[in-house]
Amino acid sequence: MSEKVLMKGNEAFAEAAIRSGCRYYFGYPITPQNEITEYMSRELEKVGGSFVQAESEVAAINMAYGAGAAGGKVFISSSSPGIALMQEGFSFICSTEIPLVILNVSRGGPGVGTIQPGQADYYQATRGGGNGDYHLFVYAPSSIQEAVDMMPKAFKIAEEYRNPVMILADGMLGQMMEPVILPEPVPAIKQEDIPKAKPWALTGTNEARPHNVIRSLYLVAEELEARILELDKKYQRARKELVEYEAINLENAEVVFVAYGSTARITEEAIDLLAEAGINAGMIRPISLWPYPYEAFDKIPSSTKAVISVELSRGQMIDDVKIGCCGRFPVSLCSRVGGMLLTPQEIAADAKKVLGVE
Amino acid sequence: MKTVFELTKGILPEETTYCPGCTHGIAHRLVMEALDEEGLLGKAIGVAPIGCSILAHRYMNVDMCESAHGRAPAIATGIRRVQPDKIIFTYQGDGDLASIGTGEIVQAAHRGEKFTTIFINNAIYGMTGGQMAPTSLVGQKTTTSIEGRKKELSGMPIRMAELLATIDGAVFVERVALDTPANVRKAKRAIKKAFLVQQKGLGFSFVEILSTCPTNWGYNPVKSLEWLKENMIPYYPLGNLKTPKEVE
Amino acid sequence: MAKGLVKFDEERCKGCELCVSVCPVKIIALHETKINSKGFRPACVLEADKCIGCANCAIMCPDGAISVFMREEGDEADE
Repeated sequence: MSEKVLMKGNEAFAEAAIRSGCRYYFGYPITPQNEITEYMSRELEKVGGSFVQAESEVAAINMAYGAGAAGGKVFISSSSPGIALMQEGFSFICSTEIPLVILNVSRGGPGVGTIQPGQADYYQATRGGGNGDYHLFVYAPSSIQEAVDMMPKAFKIAEEYRNPVMILADGMLGQMMEPVILPEPVPAIKQEDIPKAKPWALTGTNEARPHNVIRSLYLVAEELEARILELDKKYQRARKELVEYEAINLENAEVVFVAYGSTARITEEAIDLLAEAGINAGMIRPISLWPYPYEAFDKIPSSTKAVISVELSRGQMIDDVKIGCCGRFPVSLCSRVGGMLLTPQEIAADAKKVLGVE
Repeated sequence: MKTVFELTKGILPEETTYCPGCTHGIAHRLVMEALDEEGLLGKAIGVAPIGCSILAHRYMNVDMCESAHGRAPAIATGIRRVQPDKIIFTYQGDGDLASIGTGEIVQAAHRGEKFTTIFINNAIYGMTGGQMAPTSLVGQKTTTSIEGRKKELSGMPIRMAELLATIDGAVFVERVALDTPANVRKAKRAIKKAFLVQQKGLGFSFVEILSTCPTNWGYNPVKSLEWLKENMIPYYPLGNLKTPKEVE
Repeated sequence: MAKGLVKFDEERCKGCELCVSVCPVKIIALHETKINSKGFRPACVLEADKCIGCANCAIMCPDGAISVFMREEGDEADE
């Protein structure tokens, strides 16, 4: 078991990826995730891996696509505007079923926005900015430890499902320092073992097998429809198997917050403040954002008066909260944007306002 | 009976959907012959992006990857990292490489990436129906320049071989054409040399192949070869721009 | 008897005439009346005994429709 170390989030994410067997990283500088790129540039070659500082995020996602298609275990990271540039790549990678783990250290937008934390990439991550029917599997850690524990799981899911997995962190998690226990390192796959482990990969035919083709173009409509329905089976399976959430104090809750990432930690403190004021508040903390834990909302007792979506956005996750509530409760938004963070006091005050108490 | 010419096993039996007389058919075959004759078919991995030749994987008997428009050099870079002992090539058209993909090709050359780019320059966007390409000639009529390309609006056509030859990492740069059997033979020699440069790990190798697009130029295939010779070769001179001394 | 022997795969041919234009002894033409299953008039050799086996036609064929052989001493007369 590794010892506990005090690490900056970004560096812990990078080290966790390496320990999960990642040996290929393609990055481009963008704040607030540069420590990941820099860490990889120092450490990856020491373990026999390959680092490329790409010329852009557009190039980086395509390098990841190529490396993944050739059978490599690939990790990439960026922040919101850079993730925007990668959308085309995600669509291709989902269509061609290439495993990949992506980390978004999200910041305030839109446009250049700010370098401080934000949660306004929810739509981008879960609704997809690329073209066509596809889904990333999206996970939102709320601590560095949780992110680091997620990493080997993310790689495992990506390889098993042959689908990209996004870890949606934010600038706060990336920049803060916390004590963390890193996962035990797993060995990387050797190049000569790739053809057996991934018979679909581009490894050269050796003139001993038919050629492998990685493609997303299907000109015959019937073929493309069949292909999409095939991929859809994977997403249906994911909806059953990959949902993850935490439910806190839902029983007898007068108000239930829904919050993810670092905002969930702040919301937990708001719950304590409300308890001191004699108000019983609970929280659903989605850990998987896609597939979203709609089933968690069935656990909210009908006596609950209100549900509040707490986000650093003008209301993106709130759409899924409303779907989860199924009309059973009024849903409102508690938000700060532009790099501003919510305080526990603000969240508690909002709950009191919604409940009509002082 | 001695065999003088037989189709290489690098070309799959499926009949191409390329237009009659399209020189993609010749270029595909030259790339596969170059690999076959050096025993490299089993080690080769190709990347074919958007353009008519996105379908190249139907005809090239090597592991193939489709690519988004312009991105093939980045994909090849990724493949190279995981499969450092393979022979990797991109096969790109002019809309792809000289328009949307200029960033990726310049940066791959700049890094000296050890793969080979086969650049099919037919001065037009073929797959999408004949729009102006960055390599379309001044005065050339296309569907987005119906009065002919105008320098003041669209600039002069871009000479990619010359541009890339200025980059250190691009160690082998040659321009060839497919308008005559003699030039086709020269094109094959250039492609073979480019792969040799890659095998020796010397850096990025680039072969620009002047090609035709009879359908969108509006000429029959034979007249298209003549048009290439009379109009493209004077603007895009043939020859080797750069060769590493190790393969001279 | 001709030095060279060419075989044309008439089904692969798209009638583009590149081979016709590069044959140095001008013995290739599109079939007068035959049409292949794709609707093209395939190329064929008119005077096979003039073939010099240069393979220009095969080299210019975009569709791999042409194979070229060279007769050697002892080969059968009309193989």
